[in-house]
Amino acid sequence: MKARVHVSLKTGVLDPQGEAIRHALGSLGFEGVSGVRQGKLIEIELAQTDPDAAREEVERMCKSLLANPVIESYAIEIA
Amino acid sequence: MRAAVIVFPGSNCDRDMAVALREATGAGVSMVWHKDTALPEGLDLVALPGGFSFGDHLRCGAIAGKSPIMRAVTEFAGKGGHVLGVCNGFQILTETGLLPGALLRNGRLKFLCKSSPLRVGTSASAFTNAWNAGDIASIPIAHHDGAYVADEDTLAALKGEDRIAFTYEGGAPNGAMGDIAGILSRNRRVLGMMPHPERAVDPAHGGSDGRRLFRSLFHALATA
Repeated sequence: MKARVHVSLKTGVLDPQGEAIRHALGSLGFEGVSGVRQGKLIEIELAQTDPDAAREEVERMCKSLLANPVIESYAIEIA
Repeated sequence: MRAAVIVFPGSNCDRDMAVALREATGAGVSMVWHKDTALPEGLDLVALPGGFSFGDHLRCGAIAGKSPIMRAVTEFAGKGGHVLGVCNGFQILTETGLLPGALLRNGRLKFLCKSSPLRVGTSASAFTNAWNAGDIASIPIAHHDGAYVADEDTLAALKGEDRIAFTYEGGAPNGAMGDIAGILSRNRRVLGMMPHPERAVDPAHGGSDGRRLFRSLFHALATA
């Protein structure tokens, strides 16, 4: 099965890349963009077939490598 | 004095670090590959060099932080060994959890490569004893991801425990909280810093202020 992990900077952690994107959108004429946050999407192919076990495994992957809990939060989708 | 420099794929300051250690402290230096699982016996210091380990993929220092040798380095630090992490080495130390906080993309998104005045925060460590607190040292920085961040409790602890080894004098060019350029572990034996002392050990480098860090190590560790 497949897992998608969305990693984003925690609220309150400054995201200068998101800010740069926000400015660029503004200069392209997109008005009303009040905030942009840039994150990462990690897609993982898993041999595991049980969704609960897969989620548990990906959760451990997030904690040990995929996200840095000091600055990032993550969300897992299992499909 | 015996030192090891860890080499990761993408390290590019490993040889400079080895030369600085040899020249400025007379240390015997071994180069240790990241896939090794043990450090040489009888080490006084482990140095994690600057560079772009694993191409900075995922997060700077994240993959290197999980490499086999880092288990041995963590064990070495746990036993009270001295560890110096410079630039990417600092990022690896935070990713491994040997130092608190994290290093984020520079505030203005620019790669910064220049000499930077640092204020020495404490002389009470094996890395800074040849300075007095408050001294100014000019040491080069060269990084894209050097904005130090930590939560308020961590920042208060670093300050309260006199663990801020270096700050950027005149404000952090990279957006680091508290203008922090380098910090010590609680036992004061692990130092992580973004600036490169190994690039300022010879007058031909344009300055030799970094030599004092190596002299400090010599004073603290050479007789041990």
